[in-house]
Amino acid sequence: MIQVQNLRKEFGAKVAVDNVSFTVEKGEVLGFLGPNGAGKSTSMRMVTGYFRPTSGSIKIGGIDMLEKPEQAKKSIGYLPENAPLYSDMTVASFLGFCAEVRGITGAAKSKAIDRVLDLCFLHRVRNQSVDTLSKGYRHRTCFAQSIIHDPDVLILDEPTDGLDPNQKHEVRQLIKNMGKSKAIIFSTHILEEVDAACSRAMIIDRGKVVADGTPESLRKLVPGCTSMDEVFRSITRSDLEK
Amino acid sequence: MKNSDIANTLAIFKREFLSYFNSPVLYVIVVIYLLASMGFTFFFGRFLDSDNASLTQTFFFWHPWIYIVLAPAVGMRLWSEEHRLGTFELLMTMPLSPWQAIVGKFIAAALVWAIGLALTFSIVITVSWLGDPDPGPIITGYVASYMYALGCLAVTSAASAYTRSQVVCFIVSVALCILLTLIGYPGIVDSVVRTLPGSLEQIVRFVSYLSFMDHFYEMTKGIFVIRDVLYFISVIVVALIITHLGLRSKRA
Repeated sequence: MIQVQNLRKEFGAKVAVDNVSFTVEKGEVLGFLGPNGAGKSTSMRMVTGYFRPTSGSIKIGGIDMLEKPEQAKKSIGYLPENAPLYSDMTVASFLGFCAEVRGITGAAKSKAIDRVLDLCFLHRVRNQSVDTLSKGYRHRTCFAQSIIHDPDVLILDEPTDGLDPNQKHEVRQLIKNMGKSKAIIFSTHILEEVDAACSRAMIIDRGKVVADGTPESLRKLVPGCTSMDEVFRSITRSDLEK
Repeated sequence: MKNSDIANTLAIFKREFLSYFNSPVLYVIVVIYLLASMGFTFFFGRFLDSDNASLTQTFFFWHPWIYIVLAPAVGMRLWSEEHRLGTFELLMTMPLSPWQAIVGKFIAAALVWAIGLALTFSIVITVSWLGDPDPGPIITGYVASYMYALGCLAVTSAASAYTRSQVVCFIVSVALCILLTLIGYPGIVDSVVRTLPGSLEQIVRFVSYLSFMDHFYEMTKGIFVIRDVLYFISVIVVALIITHLGLRSKRA
């Protein structure tokens, strides 16, 4: 579903993403790991069509993102970092707007809204204004937006950031369940999430892919390491060393 | 244009238009606009003393000065707010083209001004009741006034594409609107022509021809000039292209 080839992004002289390639098929959940500033968000922003890559190619369901962005974007659902929302709207009207932009109108629209309100446990705040919501609800509202059109591809930038342990658990379960029928990429720096939700994980450091495999194989990557945490720390460099 | 283009533009338009009515800013601006346009007409324009059933010199005359401040106040949220909230990223990853969003939002702001302008209808009733006005100049006056407002709004849209701060957008837009107004203001143009050597007069005249003011006055005189409407339409198109470039630079 997602095919990324030799992706590269430069911001001026700085190389943020360097020669990243991967594919994600339906039924796969790919975890994007890496320290802050490693290029996770930048990569995701290119895959979703927000940033234009300096070079490389992106195909979503066989459609080229650079040549036919509007068509390629149809099958993607995206949860940006910090879960942005229009603060002057209610939860239901925001989801309604997102449905309309995705071409869902009339009865199908109210059905889609009800479906995602259910999935994300938002019924209680349905008519509440977005700017009065707590962080967890805001996050789930933005998450709901990303699945309103039941996309084949789901890209989630730190979907569990700022949630309480119960909510984290719910979101992980949700990702795992949806991963059966969709191609999902999500980024995180919480390593236990990789075991909880991913079928595959990729570690990115300073724009480069430094490890790629199942959570099992990653744990065995470095001799002497037994936990994901140790592997992560031995193959990525911390900010302090730069 | 495909149906989906129109549907996307409409969806953007609808959200933007409704969000104006959710914010108190709009009501404040409309009230100030009505107070200012009527206040200028009756106090500075000496509407009642003029003994003349024409709105050109008493009512429309003041509109450019009001729009310079109030149109940026309406338009400053167009893109700045998207940048600030981060919803710009969300919008640009949805299956629509930036043009659909730019046009949809601009039409929403334009319709808000149409409502504001329509609310000045009482002055038309007043002048018709007191005298026997020629409808031609009133119609062209309204067209001229609306075009002026749209010109200022388009300039504001362009400025808002480049900044996440509504305050910066407001100040820059007001400055640009003042500039575009003053370069064609007869008193200023004449004094510039007098001070500069005669050989530069053509250039000064050309620059003043580019100003909003020049075209506004032509239209309020009551001759419906297609050329002046086309001028404002080209200003809007250019400003929206600059908006598009600004949005693209944010995604580079």
